[in-house]
Amino acid sequence: MENIEQRVKKIVAEQLGVNEAEVKNESSFVDDLGADSLDTVELVMALEEEFECEIPDEEAEKITTVQQAIDYVSAHLNK
Amino acid sequence: MSRRRVVVTGLGHVAPVGNDVATGWANIVAGKSGIGTITRFDASDLACQIAGEVRDFDITQYISAKDARRMDLFIHYGIAAALQAVADAGLDDIPGLDKTRVGVNIGSGIGGLPLIEETGVELQNGGPRKIGPFFIPGSLINLIAGHVTILKGYQGPSYGIVSACTTGAHCIGDAARLIQYGDADIMVAGGSEGAIARLGIGGFAAMKALSTRNDDPATSSRPWDKGRDGFVMGEGAGVVVLEDYEHAKARGARIYAELIGFGMSSDAHHITAPNADGPARGVKNALRDAGINPDEVQYVNAHGTSTPLGDANETEALKMAFGAHASKLAISSTKSMTGHLLGGAGGVEAVYSILAVHNQVAPPTINLFEQDVEGGCDLDYVPNTAREMPINVAISNSFGFGGTNGTLVFRRI
Repeated sequence: MENIEQRVKKIVAEQLGVNEAEVKNESSFVDDLGADSLDTVELVMALEEEFECEIPDEEAEKITTVQQAIDYVSAHLNK
Repeated sequence: MSRRRVVVTGLGHVAPVGNDVATGWANIVAGKSGIGTITRFDASDLACQIAGEVRDFDITQYISAKDARRMDLFIHYGIAAALQAVADAGLDDIPGLDKTRVGVNIGSGIGGLPLIEETGVELQNGGPRKIGPFFIPGSLINLIAGHVTILKGYQGPSYGIVSACTTGAHCIGDAARLIQYGDADIMVAGGSEGAIARLGIGGFAAMKALSTRNDDPATSSRPWDKGRDGFVMGEGAGVVVLEDYEHAKARGARIYAELIGFGMSSDAHHITAPNADGPARGVKNALRDAGINPDEVQYVNAHGTSTPLGDANETEALKMAFGAHASKLAISSTKSMTGHLLGGAGGVEAVYSILAVHNQVAPPTINLFEQDVEGGCDLDYVPNTAREMPINVAISNSFGFGGTNGTLVFRRI
């Protein structure tokens, strides 16, 4: 089983159409990975799907980097 | 001021008979059916289980997989046909092309029906949070034009006309007017459809509009035949590049044909049942716009959907519009091979009409086993075998629900 970091990076790469190698922990979805506002909404939906959780809109807005996504998922998984 | 002349300099096409123009035209001339049993979804509980599906189509030849995921099939087909037409016309190779003078008008009859169906299920099952952010832009009809303008940087008019099964013809005819009027020098125009989904097939089946010859798909679309029992849904797109004649001449472009006339009319009669007066007036309007007499036309690419009422009605309309010359026309329905592409029909049929003029070949109407002469279908429908013949002028007819009609007139150049 892949760990959370790997799973998040895989989803980010898939959703944003970038190479997994380009997806660093510090990468910003918008500034570094070329996402637009619609991409980020879809990315959050994909994370919800993968980790079977619900990310409230006000929390989702704060997730702008790969590390923030990893942190959010780690903190809220299995709660 | 004399109006500007409009010529066709590029063709693009995705259809059940082939995913490019050369393949599609070869199959059309050979009389090959593109109809089969539905494979896209389980149609076993539907009255109609056959359709003309586009096969082996790879959208990633045209756009990235990431972008492709975010739009419904009708947009894929429209983009593919548009980019084929643009490449065919060599627009990318024109040095200093003024892209503010290039526009796009590609419509669709129903738009993103499969995506609407799918999202409806997500909504029911998971609530509104399951509606994706690309649902709206992925199903909106004018987004074909939107994507093509973004991909190619065209900054002229961008839109798509919606008029059911007349969509493609209306888009091409209206786009030509923009060139005549001076709004653009080049227009990428046509129609697209991708509605082979449970909601689409089920919807038309509920109207009893579809053929139920499920045991013999290849002969199910049989315009003017005694055994016709409804239309067969197809999918795909047909797109042409229209260009101001002087612009095309100046750059030494290959010219397939001149678009010399466009006519429209309304039946003002019934939402789905046809009448002959409306289509006849549409044809007459197109001939008047072209400035030609009825006897100057040799080939008619008919609407010919294979419905009992529609085929007889169109025959009657052609007699009203052409008088005695109707019996001298070579008339064929390429829907006998492609099925009915709804909003895409006028697009692919414009392509076939243009190639009929360009190649001097009238495509056949296949599956014409026993012509329904008693039922009023008594003209020359080019049965079963393509015909090499002199074609100076061809017209393409399209009629849609709501009683909306459109006719395009192409002349050899």
